[in-house]
Amino acid sequence: MSHEPRLVEVRRNILKQNDLVARELRQRFRDAGVFVASLVSSPGAGKTTLLERTLTLLGERFRVAALVGDLATENDAARLARSGAPVRQITTGTVCHLEAAMVQRSLDGWALDHLDFLFVENVGNLVCPASYDLGESMRFVIVSVTEGEDKPLKYPTIFNTADVAVLSKIDLAAAVGFDHEAALHSIESVRPGMRTIALSARTDEGMNEYTALLEEALHASRETAASAP
Amino acid sequence: MHELSIALSVVDLAREEEGRHGGRVCAVHLRIGALAGVTPEALLASYEMACAETSLEGSRLLIEEVPVVVYCERCEARRPLESLQSFSCPECGTPVSRIEQGRELELVALEIEQ
Repeated sequence: MSHEPRLVEVRRNILKQNDLVARELRQRFRDAGVFVASLVSSPGAGKTTLLERTLTLLGERFRVAALVGDLATENDAARLARSGAPVRQITTGTVCHLEAAMVQRSLDGWALDHLDFLFVENVGNLVCPASYDLGESMRFVIVSVTEGEDKPLKYPTIFNTADVAVLSKIDLAAAVGFDHEAALHSIESVRPGMRTIALSARTDEGMNEYTALLEEALHASRETAASAP
Repeated sequence: MHELSIALSVVDLAREEEGRHGGRVCAVHLRIGALAGVTPEALLASYEMACAETSLEGSRLLIEEVPVVVYCERCEARRPLESLQSFSCPECGTPVSRIEQGRELELVALEIEQ
């Protein structure tokens, strides 16, 4: 009788559970006709300021809402609620990223079909959110001009899970000696062809391009949903 | 650091399989892509903690690191990526955006003793 351990082949995706929930969410968002975009960045890149401005600008013509993830405090939700849009906070405790199930739980009781846009602000972190699909249709990765031009080279994985890169706080570019070309080059090196928008949520420079992109994406997703069987 | 969450998921999956196959898991084999967003060293460190007080306590974690493979449109071929900082074909230098391999986060096999 042999006591050698036997090797059993399994082949299972470790994040299968998250991916299943994310897929359900994506279908639910599609059925409700709401376009979901998420924002990831390091702490302090200006996610909340950008989101606040986004809710105000898009809120003039669309029904918008937001979910904000944070380790602790509900300050961001309170700040965003000033825009008049419905905002919910997801307090993650010690967890450094959002997972699809957290998004799912926080949607309880929300009439998604009364919304055009739902924004999901991830916890400030450029590493961990890369592994988790949240069911969003578009993911923005935000880097501020104060973080340096080589940030994309340090975090290539998150750039490869995001759809659009945003260079934020562009109004501070001159003050910090930001090299725009070098930043674009860094993004292009880790993610050739990535759409990039430079903007300032404070002066509104570039905000038109950003909101136009979201509007186009909303219309495109509704057309796709309408033509699907 | 989200490797502890990942380690807990690995332990859950392995215990599920253990229940299905019988016996006791003494080693867990994973495949982790360079673009999976998981650091093998951090996962190894978290694994022991995740196994504590479960049937997997004392089991080994073996990680196979999977390099990134891209598809070069110009060469019409799959190529290994030389650096995560430069998504270009190692042969002809053309920028590449199609990722063929490197996002794996997989439990591939278990060693089970009776």
